[in-house]
Amino acid sequence: MILDTRPAAPAHVPRARPRRGPRIRGGGLASLVFLLPMLVVFTVFSWLPIGQAVVMSFQQTNLVSDATFVGLENFRTVLSDPLLWTAVENTLWFAFLALLFGYPVPLVAAVLMSEVRRFRGLYGALAYLPVVVPPVVAVLLWKFFYDASPTGVFNTLLGYVGVDALPWLQDADLAMPALVLEATWAAAGGTIIIYLAALTGVAPELYEAAEIDGAGVWRKVWHVTLPRLRGVLLVTFILQIIGTAQVFLEPFLFTGGGPANSTTTILLLIYDYAFANSLGGDYGAATALSLMLAAVLAVFSAVYFRLTRGWGTS
Amino acid sequence: MSRGILAPSDWRRPSVRRTARVVHGVLLVALFCVGLGPMLWLAKAAVTPTQDTLREPLSLWPGGFDFANLATAWTRVEIDKYFVNTVVVAAGAWLVQLLVATTAGYALSVLRPKYRKVLTGVVLATLFVPGVVLLVPLYLTVVDAGMVNTFWAVWLPAGANAFNILLVQRFFDGLPREVFEAARVDGAGPYRLFWSVVLPMSRPILGVVSVFAVVAAWKDFLWPLLVLPDPDLQPLSVRLPALQQYVELDVFLAALAISTVIPVALFLVFQRLFLKGDALSGAVKG
Repeated sequence: MILDTRPAAPAHVPRARPRRGPRIRGGGLASLVFLLPMLVVFTVFSWLPIGQAVVMSFQQTNLVSDATFVGLENFRTVLSDPLLWTAVENTLWFAFLALLFGYPVPLVAAVLMSEVRRFRGLYGALAYLPVVVPPVVAVLLWKFFYDASPTGVFNTLLGYVGVDALPWLQDADLAMPALVLEATWAAAGGTIIIYLAALTGVAPELYEAAEIDGAGVWRKVWHVTLPRLRGVLLVTFILQIIGTAQVFLEPFLFTGGGPANSTTTILLLIYDYAFANSLGGDYGAATALSLMLAAVLAVFSAVYFRLTRGWGTS
Repeated sequence: MSRGILAPSDWRRPSVRRTARVVHGVLLVALFCVGLGPMLWLAKAAVTPTQDTLREPLSLWPGGFDFANLATAWTRVEIDKYFVNTVVVAAGAWLVQLLVATTAGYALSVLRPKYRKVLTGVVLATLFVPGVVLLVPLYLTVVDAGMVNTFWAVWLPAGANAFNILLVQRFFDGLPREVFEAARVDGAGPYRLFWSVVLPMSRPILGVVSVFAVVAAWKDFLWPLLVLPDPDLQPLSVRLPALQQYVELDVFLAALAISTVIPVALFLVFQRLFLKGDALSGAVKG
């Protein structure tokens, strides 16, 4: 229709042609208008604060007086805080336990679930359900489960198998594993879904080829499934490390860092520096510690990807 | 039908089928206990008197029902107010994220200004900054702007989400450009193109972003705790830990149950979006 109403003069063609590419660009103004929300929000709430974090780590800042530069004083304060090393140790312990509990379980579950032929959706939904429970609710609920009395939920379960009641969160050695157990419960479903998605991407021909070579189930899992998942496994590993290094909710709500600082993590320490004192916190020390944590994570990720480059099959 | 690790010929062997059935049965029972068990327990405890829950936490059937728990939690403990606050927080955060992500994704993917590569780079770079770095300076920004104790303090920072923009941009990149060309030939300007062509074609990705946004807002704890110190404005997640100290156990558990209903219901209704979204997040991060 449009073609019909247009004067079919060839003179139009050269004028229309160059406009074809940039035609959709809609000019510079429209682009700017559409980018405006993002530019404003990112500038104010992301880019500037990131820059500010770097500046503030060299400053003494509180909400009352003007900021003054103090050089490396904040870093010195943080590094000489005896609690820091406790927090680093606890965070590493949390990360280690989280890997121990939380890394193999979703993998095994996902591999088994991928073979389910009926009601697979039900398996997925059940596995994912804990992920949609609000984390605060989950922690408060588990806190009740961990009740130290013999009639506590978990202690009742232990009683069924003849084990004595455990003090769970009240015990300096047990508190951290208890926190990790809840955190693993809350997060495993998400990892399972990621693995399941990766498993559906494994080409059936690879299994067929392995069968022709006489491979049984275990060898197919070992030589086909796991190598195909290697890329995803490498990524979930580093994501889990980065996530657990910043664990806050569980220690904050379960134990507040206790008993005897056995669950004080780095993020809890940052929170304490900045916000525990209602009169205005030591913002300089808090940002200095967050930057150090971010730097360690960045270096770790860089080394990790360097070392594992080529491990992930395409 | 696609096959998995087990070959169709394997499935025809009775021994394989029996083993698979047993393994899958055990797995289903385990998933049921671990995934659904705590939720069922919470549902039961919400309508059980405190003494019964304390004395026999694992009895399958409560000694007596106390449905008043739910009403007490809703009215006297004012869960209704915190519930509404949560909805308001989530709705605003959802709107801001959708606005920022769709407009930015459209500009970067469809309009393609010359500086788009640089801009995409600076946006994606924020994905590599751990959230903890932003905590204190973002808090001070909000304090300086006088936004403490306003919902804007939660809504606006939620918009600075590079992951959303990445998702939307990738989706828009996959839309057929011929459609845009055709719309342009029909006389649609960039605004019309956005509203009448690109957005209606983007329902799947808008669904994923929406689910992410609402769930994240519903789950968030530390940030609203910092910027909404006024209890009258706090969402459930912030208020629940504080309530624990002065509310009776059965009513408190009822409050926990009420706080869980909406996210679980959303999940059951939009299951595919949730699962797709999480799988996507793995793929994109990968």
